Amino acid sequence: MKQLMTGNEAIARGAWEAGVLVCTAYPGTPSTEITENAARYEQIYAEWSPNEKVALEVGLGASIAGGRALVAMKHVGVNVAADPLFTAAYTGVTGGLVLVSADDPGMHSSQNEQDNRHLARAAKIPVLEPADSQEAKDFTKYAFALSEEYDTPVMLRITTRVAHSQSLVELGEREERTLAPYVKNSHKYVMIPAYARPRHTAVEARLTALGHLAETTPLNRVEWGDRSIGVVTGGIAYQYLKEVRPEVSVLKLGLSYPLPRQKITEFARSVTRLYVAEELEDFWESQLRAWGLDVCGKEIFPRTGELQPEIVAAALAAPLGHSPASLEHSPTPPTPPAAALEAPARPPVLCPGCPHRALFYVLRKMRLVVAGDIGCYTLGCLEPLDSVDTTICMGASIGTAIGMEKTRGREFGRRLVAVIGDSTFIHSGVTGLIDAVYNNAPITLLILDNRTTGMTGHQDNPVTGRTLQGEAYREIDLTRLCRAVGVDRVTTVDPFDLKLLEQTIRAELAAEEPSVIITRRKCALIDREAVRPPLRVERDKCTQCLRCMRLGCPCLALREGETVIDAQCTGCGLCARVCAAGAIGEAGEQ
Amino acid sequence: MTVNNILIVGVGGQGTILASRVLAAVIVQAGYEVKVSEIHGMAQRGGSVVTQVRWGERVFSPLVPLGAAGVVLAFEKLEALRWLPWLRPGGQMLVNDQRIDPMPVLTGAAVYPEDALARLSAAGAAVTLCDGYALALRAGNAKAVNMVLLGLLSRHLEFPLSAWESALRRTAPEKYLAVNLAAFALGRD
Repeated sequence: MKQLMTGNEAIARGAWEAGVLVCTAYPGTPSTEITENAARYEQIYAEWSPNEKVALEVGLGASIAGGRALVAMKHVGVNVAADPLFTAAYTGVTGGLVLVSADDPGMHSSQNEQDNRHLARAAKIPVLEPADSQEAKDFTKYAFALSEEYDTPVMLRITTRVAHSQSLVELGEREERTLAPYVKNSHKYVMIPAYARPRHTAVEARLTALGHLAETTPLNRVEWGDRSIGVVTGGIAYQYLKEVRPEVSVLKLGLSYPLPRQKITEFARSVTRLYVAEELEDFWESQLRAWGLDVCGKEIFPRTGELQPEIVAAALAAPLGHSPASLEHSPTPPTPPAAALEAPARPPVLCPGCPHRALFYVLRKMRLVVAGDIGCYTLGCLEPLDSVDTTICMGASIGTAIGMEKTRGREFGRRLVAVIGDSTFIHSGVTGLIDAVYNNAPITLLILDNRTTGMTGHQDNPVTGRTLQGEAYREIDLTRLCRAVGVDRVTTVDPFDLKLLEQTIRAELAAEEPSVIITRRKCALIDREAVRPPLRVERDKCTQCLRCMRLGCPCLALREGETVIDAQCTGCGLCARVCAAGAIGEAGEQ
Repeated sequence: MTVNNILIVGVGGQGTILASRVLAAVIVQAGYEVKVSEIHGMAQRGGSVVTQVRWGERVFSPLVPLGAAGVVLAFEKLEALRWLPWLRPGGQMLVNDQRIDPMPVLTGAAVYPEDALARLSAAGAAVTLCDGYALALRAGNAKAVNMVLLGLLSRHLEFPLSAWESALRRTAPEKYLAVNLAAFALGRD
């Protein structure tokens, strides 16, 4: 019987069926569950790597050693892994090497919506784009065969809707593969200029060969219908098109780079009007235009955000306009009726009991400039905490703070902190801290050590010392790590000790050398032992100063002029600590 | 080609995803093609969340079109209002009687729509209100609200009780099974 699976589960299954031995990743939405699921197959060695660059390097090592390897990451993770990727494209592979790029159109949980087909083209590697979970599994298996046959890493590009939608999948058996004896091949794997030059020639020949394959592969298929409209499409856009315009002719691209020129040209000749329906960039469209095809794409489809069935329907229903003036025009998503527009927004919030809340409360109170980073604590930028000045990418907080201080001087630096999570610090913050030490930037860095990788769903990391399989080897000791790179001033505080936290920040801001404050308290979602009964506001003691409301706790509400605490309260006691009137206590306490 | 559409909406952390997984298991057992679209990541931290469930002989898009859902199962009243445009005219709006103030309401930047239920009815939705929290407590665990609501949903779908019970057995952890079955039964009554 077929099984219901998310795209991510199906990719893990496909990797297992393809006989994969190694799966590596750094967690990142929407890619995280690929590796979590791969880890459930005992034949696969799966790891959380410290960052995506290391993940790809481990995967490449596995490939050079002859095994098949799957490396998974979110779209921006491929930027981090770009260095090994662009040269792995030259070396090629021994065992199949597949890189999953999980793009996030619409930015459900990301800082940008880059289209990684561009990165694959820049690296000169082929791209496969599944449109549902069955294809996610099938394309994954095929990607390994393709990788070995054409001696290339392969990008499997998915988007959030494919990663996190469930559909039915026919399961298969695992193909057991024996490792061939290891053979040293330095001309292929040592990329000194003399050896790399012939590899570049090989890469160009490989792309030409892949272009020929694209003409005949069943992954690129024509579904003939009404020939007055022909649409070149792929990925989730294919599903939306079939939903709203099942009657039109479709060229579905499963091998989405390099493109089949002849096949597309013939398709174009056979239809009256040619469209390209693709999410985000005009990746296919621009190539079709370069070939001189008369095509309609981004005049009618948006270049920003996710596609939706309604957007595809509206775009194809609009009159054809090829005027360049309309190129920047994007149809707006369908407008919901008025009733819903009056519904207040519900942005994400820090959870009840979250240790980050205490820190951002203090930072806001101190009116500091805060260079922020990527993680749950990014939410400290929202009202009422509203205490983050910058968030760019993983690890950027430290370098950003150094640049601000070097530009505006020491006086400015005394009101400036960088804030980063434990996992993000390991990912790419350490090098920033080394810069601060090396170049004498007396910044103050706060490492928010909540003993987990929170936003992506509580993965372990080098700081917790537990592996993806839950085995405990060695914890990376943050204090020793910071001292080892040359920071002498390293303090650890409990962020719920608000007074001590504020004093420590003041002292370190005044210090004329780089300093690190580790704020350590477990994530409220993993610290179930810390959960206590909900607190209560004593009405007669409450002076309505509303200081507690500045915490941005979802459990504290103002109802009919009274401050109340609701049942989701975990009894963390932070509001009681900030209450000047001592009006908040345990329910039984009078 | 008929496709059935259901939206399960709520606030991140309320257990909407587990509820949709049980529903999907029931649908698969009945032999339909099914697609379920979930939201993970940042929105799960107390944000507005939606799971879209579609089934029929053939399903392409995992997204429910506007105005196409036969049932919207809302774990929170404001979320019911937010997702109303996805309900088919005259469709069933099943609402958990719970109010969770979003941050803009807590900070005073916005006002919670006290008249949410009235606005749902005025828009032509067939509204059923359910005190999921009270029923879950009665079943033995305040966290079983999602199972109560699933029980309520089951009344509006074609699948037999046995299919739901078997899906609950397969989907949820063994140690919660008794509570889950009790909560489901209370919601279905």
